[in-house]
Amino acid sequence: MALDSKVPKGPIKDKWTDYKNKINLVNPANKRHIDVIVVGTGLAGGSAAATLAELGYNVKAFAYQDSPRRAHSIAAQGGINAAKNYQGDGDSTYRLFYDTVKGGDYRSREANVYRLAEVSTNIIDQCVAQGVPFARDYGGLLDNRSFGGVLVSRTFYAKGQTGQQLLLGAYSAMNRQIARGKIEMFNRHEMLDVVIVDGKARGIIARNLVTGEIERHSAHAVVIGSGGYGNVYFLSTNAMGSNVTAAWKIHKKGAYFANPCYTQIHPTCIPRSGDYQSKLTLMSESLRNDGRIWVPKHLDDVKAIREGQKKPTDLSEEDRDYYLERRYPAFGNLVPRDVASRAAKERCDAGYGVNATGEAVYLDFAAAIERYGKEQAKINNIENASEAKIYELGQKIVEAKYGNLFQMYEKIVDENPYETPMMIYPAVHYTMGGVWVDYNLMTTVPGLYCIGEANFSDHGANRLGASALMQGLADGYFVLPYTIGDYLSDDIRTGEISTDTKEFEEAEKSVKETINFFVNNKGSKSVDHFHKKLGKIMWDKCGMSRNEQGLKEAIQEISDLRKEFWKEVSVPGGSEEYNEELAKAGRVADFLELGELFAKDALVREESAGGHFREEHQTPEGEAKRMKEFQFVSAWEYKGEPKDAVLHKEELVYENIEVKERSYK
Amino acid sequence: MNLTLKIWRQKDSNAKGQMVDYKVTEISEHMSFLEMMDVLNEQLVGKGEEPVAFDHDCREGICGMCSMYINGEAHGPDRGITTCQLHMRMFKDGDTITIEPFRAAAFPVIKDLVVDRGAFDRIQHAGGYISVNTSGNTQDANAIPISKHAADEAMDAATCIGCGACVATCKNSSAMLFVGAKVSQYALLPQGQVEAADRVQNMVAQMDLEGFGNCTNTGACEVECPKGISLDNIARMNRELMKAAVK
Ligand SMILES: Cc1cc2nc3c(=O)[nH]c(=O)nc-3n(C[C@H](O)[C@H](O)[C@H](O)COP(=O)(O)OP(=O)(O)OC[C@H]3O[C@@H](n4cnc5c(N)ncnc54)[C@H](O)[C@@H]3O)c2cc1C
Ligand code: SF4
Ligand code: FES
Repeated sequence: MALDSKVPKGPIKDKWTDYKNKINLVNPANKRHIDVIVVGTGLAGGSAAATLAELGYNVKAFAYQDSPRRAHSIAAQGGINAAKNYQGDGDSTYRLFYDTVKGGDYRSREANVYRLAEVSTNIIDQCVAQGVPFARDYGGLLDNRSFGGVLVSRTFYAKGQTGQQLLLGAYSAMNRQIARGKIEMFNRHEMLDVVIVDGKARGIIARNLVTGEIERHSAHAVVIGSGGYGNVYFLSTNAMGSNVTAAWKIHKKGAYFANPCYTQIHPTCIPRSGDYQSKLTLMSESLRNDGRIWVPKHLDDVKAIREGQKKPTDLSEEDRDYYLERRYPAFGNLVPRDVASRAAKERCDAGYGVNATGEAVYLDFAAAIERYGKEQAKINNIENASEAKIYELGQKIVEAKYGNLFQMYEKIVDENPYETPMMIYPAVHYTMGGVWVDYNLMTTVPGLYCIGEANFSDHGANRLGASALMQGLADGYFVLPYTIGDYLSDDIRTGEISTDTKEFEEAEKSVKETINFFVNNKGSKSVDHFHKKLGKIMWDKCGMSRNEQGLKEAIQEISDLRKEFWKEVSVPGGSEEYNEELAKAGRVADFLELGELFAKDALVREESAGGHFREEHQTPEGEAKRMKEFQFVSAWEYKGEPKDAVLHKEELVYENIEVKERSYK
Repeated sequence: MNLTLKIWRQKDSNAKGQMVDYKVTEISEHMSFLEMMDVLNEQLVGKGEEPVAFDHDCREGICGMCSMYINGEAHGPDRGITTCQLHMRMFKDGDTITIEPFRAAAFPVIKDLVVDRGAFDRIQHAGGYISVNTSGNTQDANAIPISKHAADEAMDAATCIGCGACVATCKNSSAMLFVGAKVSQYALLPQGQVEAADRVQNMVAQMDLEGFGNCTNTGACEVECPKGISLDNIARMNRELMKAAVK
């Protein structure tokens, strides 16, 4: 099938407005007869479910957690972007569009990104109306901070818990519709397959995670908002249950999977401490507003620090290498994530890592504390303030800004980051790749939509900070509710979709077979054993930098591991009960297929772009080198084994932005 | 370190549960409590036994899933944290640790340490929202200035993660801190005023219906709340109730 992105004609500024004006609508009376399934209640799914219900559709929403409020979006810390230009610093829809396309290393679709920038301002209005308590200044107006890769201050935030507050906003909108009976919520349910009838998505098979019952649910359209697949690395900043299953199952039923190799490795996470480690913890990018990143200039200092003979605070300014400020004077510590992560890896690979494993750099707030302290002394008319007083005043400001992050760090690492610099290292955080969608957010299967992090989205090869929350809410509140109407307008006479058909029966049967296999297979190794092994292959060979040989090895190793998994996996307990190991087994089985496609995608993409860094393709200074001939989206069609997947290309055309070498110097 | 664990095992909501003893060895002080539980579960799976079921997801103190009652305290020793943020350095070699689910009539056990907190959701359905359409046709976000003080206070109330530690800690299994936090968030913001009276009445009515107990002001909930939700929120909710009654 040829890929059609269905981008409307016309100038980019008018595309969305004109399109909305002409789109088919479903009249309110008819919406009552149309059902929509939404899988996922994060920012994307939650906002979509609430809005669709409000429009009048009957929504069935699914989440594997015990409440929609606990979706992984809850963990987002730093903020959400919007081109409000409240700071009057030159922001505009075009600039947000431009920054996003450039930040994504010219690998995203112009029209989608422009629309995202366009609706971004609505999101903030909407959330404030819902009672989201964003941070404000003393005049009572909304406050902003800066994130990496941009030169304006456009990030709205609610302390270090922006995702939580936005999700609780979407959750509250859902609650209003649940109370009205317009959303039926299925908590602790996992979608295990999509059901296709006459070429259209017409329902799902889900497992009730409490009773183990396998259920059929029908609808006129199915929306997947199941989040990202970072957990293919086992260790990531994602929640433990985050998975690719919903996205992968629809891929196996015909939805193309795009750019799986585009993964974001976030520069500021707490370094790992041991083999027992179950997940990694992010320290929000907002910290780079005030924190300075460095390693010692001299290897003997590194050695002394590792051996505990010196403390970082013992090193004078001359003996420190603020390598981001050195390499990228224009953006300094606020370069985009991919650039910051690779720079940290470069220093650590060269032997400058500051902890026992050699995989950590410093994030230092001493300068910020001093700067804020002096400012406060001035504001409060304290003349000749002592160093201690300045420090005390400055610490208060830093605490007000980042208190919860500092506390989180201290609880985990057992060191006080006000007194000694934080130690950080890059970790897997976000996946730009995902299910391919057109301008309507529809996949290659009619009636099957994909939103939020689960789709291949608007971020190209690298996402800018605070843009995932923006995209999730844009998709769910403002884009999908329009575009899905155009499709559903054909369905007003269809009537309820029966689940008593051979398509549902077959899908259910195959789900049950897999489950029965797991609980009856008397293997010798736990699910986690395989997950950890997969994670190690991914991190070593498909991590921050990749090369041909490593990727070829990865493909072979993952394929072998998958075979072993299906022979040796052991799942205690039964199928008709609460069984976490069983749920995990299904998820890891899908990761084992995705992982191989991921490596294959990375192998085929013989260029460096954003988060995808091929060692063979770099500039003499070690920067990513893009190739004109790879200016396309890789959309993979499922054909059985991942090795047989067929590549389809969506060429990317840039009419409103000049494609340039991305420079942050 | 080596530890003895006494853990509540219960097959399903109908079964009778019991405490079972386990031993774990070579636990590092840098592990989180849940990583220690992973070690135990890996051990059990290795022996073909069923692992201990417990709720968890984010493992960074924000989703509110992890709900363990450890040595008689919700989320265990240490303050201002959830179970997933508890570290083994709070324990010492040879310790015996008792691990139970959050207990309350309104939180039935699903399995082992997993409980059903659906009652919290149903309270939110009763009024935990502002009736504004998500259409994008709202006024500009800066049209109504809100004092920083009120915004910050609303934010403090809004940080509740719905974990239920307050209920598990309270001898009456009262949910006043949880409900008070939500009522307060909206009561402090201009956007929340329009429906304030109905909201507080409906949410409290649902709370009573769910079988949560009364508040007798012991303050235990505030001490165990991982997010520092203060008792002021309960006082504010009571004021809101009074205001609603005279309306
Ligand atoms: C620690 C952290 C901090 C972050 N900080 C920021 C930030 O400051 N700014 C920013 O813009 N972005 C941030 N991000 C990224 C952002 O949070 C995510 O990309 C975004 O929240 C994803 O939202 P979502 O709705 O697509 O998916 P999620 O929030 O992950 O929701 C997925 C939903 O799908 C459900 N689900 C999954 N699989 C199934 C299944 N098989 N069956 C049924 N249900 C299923 C889950 O239950 C859940 O409800 C951060 C990410 C992390 C990890
Ligand atoms: S008030 Fe505190 S203890 Fe109670 S549910 Fe909220 S966060 Fe948990
Ligand atoms: S696992 Fe999310 S709060 Fe503990």
